[in-house]
Amino acid sequence: MRSITLGQYYPVESPIHKLDPRVKLAVTLIYVISLFFVEGFIGYLVAAVFMAVYIRMSNVPFSFIVRGLKPIIFLLLFSVVFNLFLTSGEVLVQFWIFRITREGVELAVFMAIRLILLIIGSSMMTYTTTPNQLTDGLEKSLGFLRKVNFPIHEISMMMSIALRFIPILVEETDKIMKAQTARGADFEEGSLIQRAKNLIPLLVPLFISAFRRATDLAMAMEARCYHGGDGRTKMKPLRYQHRDKVMYAMMACYLCVIAALRVVL
Amino acid sequence: MSITLKDVTYCYNQGTAMEVYALKNVNLFIPDGQFIGLIGHTGSGKSTLIQHLDGLVKATSGEIYYNDQNIYDENFSMKTLRAKVGLVFQYPEHQLFEVDVFTDVCFGPKNLGLPQEEIEKRAEESLKLVGLDRSYYKKSPFELSGGEKRRVAIAGVLAMEPEVLVLDEPTAGLDPRGRDDILDQIAFLQKERKITVVLVSHSMEDVAKYVDRIIVMNHGQAVYDGTVKEVFRHYKELEAIGLAAPQVTYLMHQLKEKGFAVDEDATTVEEAKESILRALGRK
Repeated sequence: MRSITLGQYYPVESPIHKLDPRVKLAVTLIYVISLFFVEGFIGYLVAAVFMAVYIRMSNVPFSFIVRGLKPIIFLLLFSVVFNLFLTSGEVLVQFWIFRITREGVELAVFMAIRLILLIIGSSMMTYTTTPNQLTDGLEKSLGFLRKVNFPIHEISMMMSIALRFIPILVEETDKIMKAQTARGADFEEGSLIQRAKNLIPLLVPLFISAFRRATDLAMAMEARCYHGGDGRTKMKPLRYQHRDKVMYAMMACYLCVIAALRVVL
Repeated sequence: MSITLKDVTYCYNQGTAMEVYALKNVNLFIPDGQFIGLIGHTGSGKSTLIQHLDGLVKATSGEIYYNDQNIYDENFSMKTLRAKVGLVFQYPEHQLFEVDVFTDVCFGPKNLGLPQEEIEKRAEESLKLVGLDRSYYKKSPFELSGGEKRRVAIAGVLAMEPEVLVLDEPTAGLDPRGRDDILDQIAFLQKERKITVVLVSHSMEDVAKYVDRIIVMNHGQAVYDGTVKEVFRHYKELEAIGLAAPQVTYLMHQLKEKGFAVDEDATTVEEAKESILRALGRK
């Protein structure tokens, strides 16, 4: 379970890590949307180069990012295969009922690149931003929703607590799994139904511990006089720095290039 | 039933920026029937070490032999190993899950594939060993007190009748009475069934009172390994790695410095009493 790097924070020093989370949210959102507008070889090249520079600046090792792609490899293959065989057009190779067209190859390759860039682009957000910064950024960016009585502070608080609990629960699962394995439980063998049944000794203690932790946390928050978002100030309020403005400018340039390409080509 | 560890090394997050060595070239021989204390400050690799004894984690390098059989051999059955080595984790009460105490204790022996009669017999025996009578059998494990839950969890492992019993801080968070009860029962069991016990503990007094041999872990290495007296003679070095000798050993050292002819190797209050009385009588 530890091998899943997707969605983890990668703790290193870099200009990207230091950026205001609101900027990174904007970058991610704009980048992801832009990927649906790029067309042709040059468009994808621009998007890929932008991402390469962004990764380089973030000091997150490339191998770590590639490992993050592992969970989507099946999805990737699936879309490549379908695009490859089911697109009509100029036929390149044909055997039995399968035929590969030139358009199919093109579409499959572009689709794969688009998917990979999508995943990398959005996971760069979590690699370079701690969950706390992320929710701070969300709370601030979506602050206007409070005007329509949407409990944005409460929701972002829930989100940061939920995110904080993921590693704890993973660790807890690992511990209980080991404890039950030591008592002779087997989580790997047997039929599907048998295996589902075998999960009971893992799930029951896990739920109980999650509830226990939740009660403890509620108590601890209560003890520190937490009463929701009204009138609550921040110890480190988010303020735009010089580098944030630079990043916004870079993003604007990127958008211009993508838009220009679309108009010209 | 001996266990041999040969150059066992274990590394967390190997090949990433967060690489940490939890164990470094640990060599140990655990013979039959010994009561062993495993001490070391938090993060010294004790818990990782005991998980290796049960085959729950695989060593990054090195070998572990159970009765001269390499447990990492392909045809070695981990299930057999886990039936012979019982491991009680820290806060074992968190692993309880069944509807009542008796069924929970039956979980271990049931996994061994024993006949129903044998399972029930073993569950009854081990519940009796930890001092829980029949009135507890049908209670939900979740309505018990912390100490009672701990007993149920320990009974759950005892019911598998392991030849090697490993306990990771079985007394953490218990009151003095509960602590003594549990340790006394384990000591009794060790003598009665002649099993090997490995006790991980932060209490030097408990270790001094019960065990035959102490292994001291520091930064993933076994730094001292010897009898209680041998190890606590290094009390200054132990302090340097965040441990200590039993209180009474310090007292004895001070008495010796003041010119009393006492035995400074005394590690339990009983021994110290004898030694002081002897010294006073001689004076």
